[in-house]
Amino acid sequence: MVVSIDNTQAQAMAAAAMADAPAPLRVRPRRLTGRQRVIRVLSYAVLVFFTLLFLYPFVIQLSNSFKTETDAENNPLRLIPDPISTDSFVRIFDGTQFPIWLVNSALVTVLATLGRVFLDSLAGYALARLQFGGRRFIFGAILAVMSVPGVVLLIPKFLVLNQLGIYDSYAALIIPLLADAAGVFIMKQFFESIPSSLEEAARMDGAGPFRTYWSVILPLAKPALITLTILSFQGTWNEFPHTLVAVQSPDLYTLPRGLAQLVSGSLGAGTQYPLKLGAALLTLIPVTVIFIIFQRRFVRGATEGAVKE
Amino acid sequence: MVLTHEAPARAAADRPAPRRRSRLRGPERTAGWLFVSPVVVLLFVFLLVPILMGLWVSFTSWNGQGSPFQPGVPVAGASNYTKLFTVDGLARQDLMTSLRNNIYYVAIVVPLQTVLALFLALVVNQRILRAKSFFRTGFYFPSITSSVAVSMIVLFLFTNGGAINAILGYFGIDGPNWFADSRGVLHLILNAIGVADINNPPPALLDHQLLGLSWWEWFAGPSVGLCAIIGLVIWTTSGTFMLMFLAALQGIPVQLEEASLLDGANRWQHLRRVTLPLLKPTMFLVVTLGLIGTWQVFDQVYVITKGGPSKTTVTPAYLSYRTAFLDFNYGPGAAISFILFAIIIVMMLFQRWVMRDRDRTGPGWLRRTWSRSLGRAGGS
Repeated sequence: MVVSIDNTQAQAMAAAAMADAPAPLRVRPRRLTGRQRVIRVLSYAVLVFFTLLFLYPFVIQLSNSFKTETDAENNPLRLIPDPISTDSFVRIFDGTQFPIWLVNSALVTVLATLGRVFLDSLAGYALARLQFGGRRFIFGAILAVMSVPGVVLLIPKFLVLNQLGIYDSYAALIIPLLADAAGVFIMKQFFESIPSSLEEAARMDGAGPFRTYWSVILPLAKPALITLTILSFQGTWNEFPHTLVAVQSPDLYTLPRGLAQLVSGSLGAGTQYPLKLGAALLTLIPVTVIFIIFQRRFVRGATEGAVKE
Repeated sequence: MVLTHEAPARAAADRPAPRRRSRLRGPERTAGWLFVSPVVVLLFVFLLVPILMGLWVSFTSWNGQGSPFQPGVPVAGASNYTKLFTVDGLARQDLMTSLRNNIYYVAIVVPLQTVLALFLALVVNQRILRAKSFFRTGFYFPSITSSVAVSMIVLFLFTNGGAINAILGYFGIDGPNWFADSRGVLHLILNAIGVADINNPPPALLDHQLLGLSWWEWFAGPSVGLCAIIGLVIWTTSGTFMLMFLAALQGIPVQLEEASLLDGANRWQHLRRVTLPLLKPTMFLVVTLGLIGTWQVFDQVYVITKGGPSKTTVTPAYLSYRTAFLDFNYGPGAAISFILFAIIIVMMLFQRWVMRDRDRTGPGWLRRTWSRSLGRAGGS
């Protein structure tokens, strides 16, 4: 219950942030006073400093993944590798199980995202629009479940997967991720915001509830569905603790699990930082690309992530 | 708060009902249940049932062999819990160490990430600036990345002779061997100002203990290794919280600033008397989300330190994982999870209490201004 209130509030606020208020920008005075100019220069200095602080670690990662091991160890800060070496990437694909992790991650992410988008929107629609006994109770239960902290569930999740006999299988990796309460909540909120006249027209024409949902409501819900897809993609691609308690065979590792394994050693001699950084870099690419394309939607849905972690 | 967002939902749902009742009730009821059932079943099987199973296991001495629900499993009663608090031993010492670590972690991360997020939001939000969305995106980016991947970056940055120590070297500082340094920061400070000798701690603190940990240990502060994790977490969370502050700031009408400037207030007075009071609800939200989130730190500890050096980065979440899956003591491990659960529930109740208190006694005009401005910005 508690968290849900945060969510609504936070969502509303994030939406407001993205509105970007063009009107106030236009009233900006044409000439700035001297004082304002000083403040502006100082502000840019602060912003540039923090942007560097926040983003430079990724630059260091990029450049060091193209270094040789000795170069990375001796000159971690040097921007241009000398010599530029793609050795680490060759070894990521030849010497580690990275390709298997990649395939597993892709599989889990795609299936879990499809499942979430479909099942969450279906449930969200029913909770927003259909009349049925127990609706209020179910919504309350979903809200309550949403606030259960993930790390508390590690041992319990293992117990249930073990009991069901699916521990250490793709089913254990994927099925528990197929639905999430936060997604149901987002979709319910969205469906409540669209007018019900279209649906009623569809009903008059004799369409059943599923037909109405599938061909009338879903097309209208595109923006919310895209937001949910992005959030699910990011969430499942980065998911780590769940894989720890769901599988143990290296053949079932996803990328975050594989990366964690790389840190623990088993690579042979040396620290192998270029290889580790390179593997982490490749892992970051899909979410980064999606983030750059869909920035605004990411920001709009920002706070669900915050709540879930 | 609950009422305000429930009310429109109820109104929307109830309005068309009278017309439909006669013909559509039956199929609609079936469809409603069909539509929610997959989600309900999944959440039931993978959230509610596991919690009940975990609760049962926390009262047993199951060792991981077979099923914990078969007849032969030894029942431990409440001893898994009581041992953690009353029996002097390694289990209690480990739990107290993890609680100590996490308390310092929370006490540093929550204020710093809140202040940094607020500061960045205030700077980005200024009307005289351009390229705001670039900066906003840049600050937010670390928040969406994989915790494991950024942990690897941090591991590299903080190696002995790594990037961080190289930068410290420019300033003539000889950086520590971060993730191998278990010295507590508070100990180091006390040592530096000559209050206590770190190699020869005051016997008054060393010889007296609370719950299995000496006072000297309780007052260690976060270890150098934990500080690096603290830095990592602030880096990856302040972006999200900055967005929340930014959203609230953009909901404050520009006229308010113009009015207070006309009244002769300077920027600082305007910030203190107008902006910050209006940001109070967001501040509560950010602080309580922070309190709830920081008690759950796990991924970074797992990847970077595995609890070391000398258990100074062990957190209750990691301790429960380690106890169950590495030591195969599932009962005590589950008990630690539920203790952590209780701590987080207390944080949530605290949030509820703060929010309700504000709703009842808070100055009315503030709240009205807040909701009006929020509605305005959301609608434009």
